[in-house]
Amino acid sequence: MTLRNMHSNISLVLTAILFFLMNGLSAQGVEMATNMRSEGKIYVVVAVVLIIFIGLAIYLFSIDKKLDKLEKNNPK
Amino acid sequence: MGKNWWKILGVVLVSYSIVGGFLVPVPELPILNETIRNTYFHIPMWFAMMALLSYSLFHSIKFLAGFDLQHDNKADQSVQVALVLGLFGLLTGMVWAQYTWGSFWTNDVKLNGTAISMLTYLAYIILRGSIEDEHRKAKVAAVYNIFAWVMMILFIMVIPRLNDSLHPGNGGNPAFGSYDMDNTMRIVFYPAVIGWILIGAWITSIKIRIKNIDDTQKYA
Repeated sequence: MTLRNMHSNISLVLTAILFFLMNGLSAQGVEMATNMRSEGKIYVVVAVVLIIFIGLAIYLFSIDKKLDKLEKNNPK
Repeated sequence: MGKNWWKILGVVLVSYSIVGGFLVPVPELPILNETIRNTYFHIPMWFAMMALLSYSLFHSIKFLAGFDLQHDNKADQSVQVALVLGLFGLLTGMVWAQYTWGSFWTNDVKLNGTAISMLTYLAYIILRGSIEDEHRKAKVAAVYNIFAWVMMILFIMVIPRLNDSLHPGNGGNPAFGSYDMDNTMRIVFYPAVIGWILIGAWITSIKIRIKNIDDTQKYA
């Protein structure tokens, strides 16, 4: 067996191993945050974001009310 | 309440999209993984921006039809709010791109096109600032606004579709086709878009009213 043959054999084996590895990885499927969901921690995130957004909305409403008053005091 | 129903609707729709956006199952796609949920938050920014810019165009044309400065005020304020929403869209897009495409800024046609159109609208603001006379300012700005809107549509909607792009919906990819978005995503995505458009319109209306009060005091 010449050196060149050996090289091509080794690379063939390595390619095969890589191929099987990739296959195994893709078989596991796409990684999602399933654990976070099953533990129910995702609800904590939802609660925090909701508080911030609804808080901002209430703030916007109060600015809106203030404008109503200003418009009454400054008729066109 | 009465006249405020659409503001409450906007808050309800966005709240719904926050709950649904985190909890409703999404398609499990490689590379995107859980970040596909950004669709509910990043893309509505662009929709709201484009809605406001179209509203601005409408009022610029109305202004040119009768030279009523009230229309000019509406056009001006909606461009300002649209730019803020566009900035949010850019920033959220950059974070998303870093974790999926591997870089904060790629040479994607849609990214560069968006940057160019946002600069075009920034020039609108600068143009307004550079003219003293109210009527002259309004006229020049209204004409420029028509040009800017056409450029925005070309750069965001047309050119990315003619080239290869990483964005779905471009380079022959289906935008909201079954490949990217399934029906469960749609029931969260569309309310999110409508909700954010309403929130954008609300903030714009507040800015328009502030400007009106400011004007009545100035010319009183």
